[in-house]
This record gives sequence, C-alpha cells and structure tokens, in this order.
Amino acid sequence: MRVCLWGTRGSIASPGPDTMVYGGNTACVEVEGRDGTVLILDAGTGVRRVGDTHRQPRRLDILLSHLHMDHIQGLGFFAPLFRSGFEIHIWGPPSATEDLRRRLARYLSPPLFPVRLRDVDARLELHDAPIGEFRIGGMTVRAESVIHPGPTVGYRISDGQSTIAYIPDHEPQLGSFGELSDAAWTSGVRLARGTDLLLHDAQYTADEYEGRVGWGHSRIGDAVALARLAGAARLVTMHHDPAHDDDRLDAMLAEARAMAGGVVDVVPGREGSTLHI
Amino acid sequence: MPQRDIELILFRQLASRLAVPILLVDESGDLLFFNEPAERLLGQRFDDVGEITLEERSEAFAFRDKDGNPVPDDQVPLVVALRERRPVHRLVSLRGFDGIYRAIEVTAFPLLGPGGHLIGGVVMFWEKRDAGREAGAGGR
Repeated sequence: MRVCLWGTRGSIASPGPDTMVYGGNTACVEVEGRDGTVLILDAGTGVRRVGDTHRQPRRLDILLSHLHMDHIQGLGFFAPLFRSGFEIHIWGPPSATEDLRRRLARYLSPPLFPVRLRDVDARLELHDAPIGEFRIGGMTVRAESVIHPGPTVGYRISDGQSTIAYIPDHEPQLGSFGELSDAAWTSGVRLARGTDLLLHDAQYTADEYEGRVGWGHSRIGDAVALARLAGAARLVTMHHDPAHDDDRLDAMLAEARAMAGGVVDVVPGREGSTLHI
Repeated sequence: MPQRDIELILFRQLASRLAVPILLVDESGDLLFFNEPAERLLGQRFDDVGEITLEERSEAFAFRDKDGNPVPDDQVPLVVALRERRPVHRLVSLRGFDGIYRAIEVTAFPLLGPGGHLIGGVVMFWEKRDAGREAGAGGR
C-alpha cells in the first residue's frame, strides 16, 4: 500500500516560509492499494495537486471524514471532476437530516462557488458512507463515527495485506475520565486497533488544549496514547495547527516520540511525504 | 473488550457531570454505567457493581406500581423504551441493590444513532422526596 500525504494542515491553509517543511495545505491523503485502487481521503486544499497526477480517465473515490471547510475546500479545484471519462465517487458521513449531495451543494453552488455539482463533466456519484464495512475495488473500508463536532467518521482501510486508519479530526479525550487507558471507552480504538499505520489528529500541545476543550481536536499526547492503546505500529501526525511553524512542530514531534517510548513509531505528517507499507 | 459506540462514550461522560441520576445500558439492556447521583437511589456505588448483564440487573432490581403491585418485566420503563424505541415516563417504586424500595419517577428513552440504529438506552431518575410511602416506598 502506498500512502501519500498531500495536505496535513488543519483548520485553514497556511502556506509561507515558516511552514515549508510540514506544508500548508489542508487535509488530503492518497492511498493506493496493491491492486491499483486509489482512495483519496478528504478534499482539503491538498487535493488540487492530486488531481494533477491523474490524467487518464479512471475511477477515483474520495472519502470525506466530515464536511468542515478544511476537508472539502479543494473539491472545486479537483481537475478530474471537470474531465469527461472520469468516474468520481464521493463518500461522506451520513447525516440524520440531509443526504451528502445536499450538504456538499451548500458550498459547491453560488454564491460560494461558481459551478454546481450537477454541472461537472465527470460521472459523479455521491454516497452516504455506511457506518460499518464496505468494499471499494480491492480495498475493504470500514467507516465509524468518532468524536468531533457534527457527523464525522474515521476510516479503516485494508488492501488485504496492509491496514491503515485515518482519523484526522478527533477529540477522544472528550469521552475519557482521564488518560486514554480504557480501550472499551475510547473513541477511535476500534478503527485503529492493530493497524500498520494510524494517521491521527495531533493539533495541540497539552497547554493549548486546556483552552480548547470541545473544539474537536487532540493533544499530540492523546494521539500517541490512542496509538499505544490500539496497538498501532506507526503514528502519522495530522491536522497541524495553522499557528504552528516548522520549528514548533519539530519540537512537538520530539515530545511525542519521547511519550511513545519506542512502542509506536511516530512519523511526522509532512506534506509531500510518501509511505510504503 | 470491544470499543463502545461513541454515543455511549459521550453519554457516559455527560452523565458523569450531571446532578441528575442517570443509568446507561447498551442495546441489549446490559448495564454499562450509572452516575454518582444515581448511586444513592440504586443503593450501591457503581465502582462496587461494575458493568452487569441484563439478567443480573433484572435480579437486582424490582419495580412496583403506584398501587404497590409488581411491575411485570416487560412493562419496566427501560424495557419498553428499548423494545418500542420511544420514551417512557412512569412513577414507580424501585428496589435497588440494597433491597430498599424508593418512590421515583423514571424517564427512560432509547439512544438511536445514525440511521436510527439502536445503540442503547438511558434512564433518568427523579426522586419523589415528598412521596412518603407512595408506591410502596421504604419497605424491603
């Protein structure tokens, strides 16, 4: 399985000289299974560059964790949507009130965007992701709700040989009575259990989190604790705070590695990185 | 032990912060948690009871109606709430873990997740402080 990080920033795109190492594009990860199935996880601003790499008509599946702007803002700039011959499937968390098309159309329609979803050139299908397991090509995908404001899912993805979990926006601490130590009562454990790679929210330092409880994001220490609790082999840090420059993120990563104590391999979530599992 | 659904995780967290006595069960009716305010009404600390099955819970608790008659198992508010997926409110007398009957109002409702999927159930207790021996309270 090939995992390419096209955007690891959270909240808002943050390009600039201070974010050259970790990158400024918001959430987007491309996953290619061993049979060639391609899944694109979230469509933050990073998805624009993914689109440029797919010139030949084919099927592409975009799995949205939720519909906050930093996870969908790149959709309107995803070139394959505007090329005939492509078959694009967009999956998103189910809502109790409206289907995915109606919710996405709030952004992808005037006055927020000039082109409507129904006017794209590709064959477009939108799906409320079933909570549970489903298959896309050679991949087995499991979607489960995780703690974050509004309908939000994480994904567990396997190509039969390797398994990853993608939980970019997540606040497991909100459901805990203290440290994340009880697997039965910790959001995200079922998705991350025994995975080769866990891509997880690691937005805050412990001090920053104190003033942001309930905003839906993790301390980097919570990401490490969840990875340990679930027995994930590697942790990739995601959803970097837009106010954190490269030096700050390096320092947080060093702290996370110390917390992991060698039990979990903590990998910096740097835009442009490719991991082979 | 498998991870609970996040709706249960979040409800347990909320219940632990509230002054209202609350009991939480899974979709099978197995008891998962009750908060500190509920401990006094149920006659035991949760830490001493822990998670118990529906059968164990049914043996521990007994209900009487306002006339002092036993409430059949299939008419217990939580059982109705889970079976019929609707809220139920009733005045009963509840015998807790300590064997004492207490007059309480019970509001039970199902937790329905995405797609209407049954995740569990919640019971909120409202103690009838001025009820005296209403609904057969006080006896064993």
